[in-house]
Amino acid sequence: MSTPTALLFRAQEKRRSTRTRSLKAWYRNPSLVAGLIVVGALVLVAVLAPVIAPFDPVKQDLQNSLLAPGGAHVLGTDKYGRDVLSRLIWGAQVDLRIGFMAVLIPFVFGSVVGALAGYFGGWFDSIVMQIVDIFFAFPFYVMVIVLVFVLGAGEVSIYLAISAISWVAYAKIVRGEVLVAKKQDYIVAARLGGMSHGRVIVRHIGPNVMSQAIIYAMSDIVLDIMAIVTLGYLGLGVAPPTAEWGSMILDGQEFITTQWQQATIPGLVIVVTSLGLSWIGDGLSDLLSPERRK
Amino acid sequence: MTTSAVLRVSNISKSYHVPSPILSKLQPGARQRGSLTALDGIDLELRAGEILALVGESGSGKSTLAKILVGSVEASAGKLDYRGRPVPAKRSRDATRRIQMVFQDPYSSLNPRITVGAILGELLRLHKIVPRNQVRAESIRLLNLVGMEEDALDAYPSQFSGGQRQRIAIARAIAVRPDVLIADEPVSALDVSVQATILELFTTLRADLGLSILFVAHNLAVVQHLSQRVAVMYLGRIVEVAETAELFANPRHPYTRALIDSIPRMSESSVNLELVLEGEPPSPYDIPGGCRFHPRCPVAVSACREIDPALTAIAGDHQSACLLANELPPFYSATTS
Repeated sequence: MSTPTALLFRAQEKRRSTRTRSLKAWYRNPSLVAGLIVVGALVLVAVLAPVIAPFDPVKQDLQNSLLAPGGAHVLGTDKYGRDVLSRLIWGAQVDLRIGFMAVLIPFVFGSVVGALAGYFGGWFDSIVMQIVDIFFAFPFYVMVIVLVFVLGAGEVSIYLAISAISWVAYAKIVRGEVLVAKKQDYIVAARLGGMSHGRVIVRHIGPNVMSQAIIYAMSDIVLDIMAIVTLGYLGLGVAPPTAEWGSMILDGQEFITTQWQQATIPGLVIVVTSLGLSWIGDGLSDLLSPERRK
Repeated sequence: MTTSAVLRVSNISKSYHVPSPILSKLQPGARQRGSLTALDGIDLELRAGEILALVGESGSGKSTLAKILVGSVEASAGKLDYRGRPVPAKRSRDATRRIQMVFQDPYSSLNPRITVGAILGELLRLHKIVPRNQVRAESIRLLNLVGMEEDALDAYPSQFSGGQRQRIAIARAIAVRPDVLIADEPVSALDVSVQATILELFTTLRADLGLSILFVAHNLAVVQHLSQRVAVMYLGRIVEVAETAELFANPRHPYTRALIDSIPRMSESSVNLELVLEGEPPSPYDIPGGCRFHPRCPVAVSACREIDPALTAIAGDHQSACLLANELPPFYSATTS
């Protein structure tokens, strides 16, 4: 080929764009920002609970039970005379902690199992996928309730029960993504570069397959908080008198005709929490989804 | 055969077993799919410091051969020698390092989540090519070698065009100081305007680094001014090997003649119109008996239906797998005249 032609065409090989990576523009994503503000505020409230809660959340004051909102007790008191606002604030600590923790274990475990199954395939993959399919055949709540019932009510039981069941979702998501990613030429190239399977999985496949699992984790936190609330409502949750949103709804529903706010306000807080987490999930899926990054 | 072969492929075959659907097993007499023969007894050598072009239609098995050479696919049979020593099925890190690959699609071959600097740096550190404190300098040197600037180091692959991505992929391949580069259609996914610059880069790399390059292409035009020798593949076999000038001037296989004639050109008339190929290559599930090219061959005689010709030397370095290799009329083509 003639060199002048080559030189002429080299000018056309300009860099396609100089835009910064989309990750750097996270603050321009409205739903992510809104979600972070909501969830951030809730986390702040949970952390600062000892400082900002006006009353002891478990201290009973039977003389002042079922006070209407207003006065010293901004949101009134429950049937044992406990301050509803303080219980809401302390409840954030319990519910958010369990929500995040109950996602962390299955997220890590499920992702690792799914990545190994997808990458190596073979008999390990077959066994994992059979187990996953069996778990998917049962309704989530039925299994959680049965497990918590067997293990006994309490925070640790909730972690164990949710972890034992919800890892299968992460395994399934990550396995599917790994199956696609491992066929890419850059994985062949990494192997030709002499890299071990472990290094290829962690460094070259991992970052390309985790976005779906992270996005799912956001909605999973919502699901888990709902599960905790449901368990609390069924009396299988965190032991009383610890403040927790689900048990507050359970306590408040007796008085729904006279003191509607007792059950409704914790319910609204749960809705707001879920909304915030969903917004974060939406925002992350916009930022992390590969079709936007090409 | 000369002794300067860097890579020697001896009688390598690759077939894929295709399981037949369960239903057809239940039906007695139903046609079984059997196995797909991608490569059928390939003999080829890559000589030190040469660019050898491997040309063939889609499905001829050239990419399969490329993958066997780098070790990402295992051959069903045959032997692969590197500098006179057999390459084991499970290669050591250093054996893998010596034979590197440039892929067809520069979009799928670069990890979108890793910066160019990290892609190169990881390899340089892993193979201890340079001391740790010189990794950055070496990365810049590699980028300059492939015609790119230092500022590419901190950028992600998505920030580059196809041609630049291919340059980065080439930099990655040569980062580990290989002897042999297997380039699997490295320009066919690129704009025509960019192809020339990448081809030029391969020429430069051969000259400057002494690399031996196997350049896979589906089109003879691309390799005419690039390679020293050309091997033509058809349906899992090599049908002709010759030095590039010899092959274009004096092709001794009707398939090669058809490939040369299919090169688009500016002139109006084509002399060998009767050699224009008709139809599709036969299915690799069902390779025709006799010479595998006979159903499409314009000069086939009855013997071609019976005899499966082997690749044999005609003159010096020129090999052809055609029964009529020495009886073909002189070749005139607008491309070579």
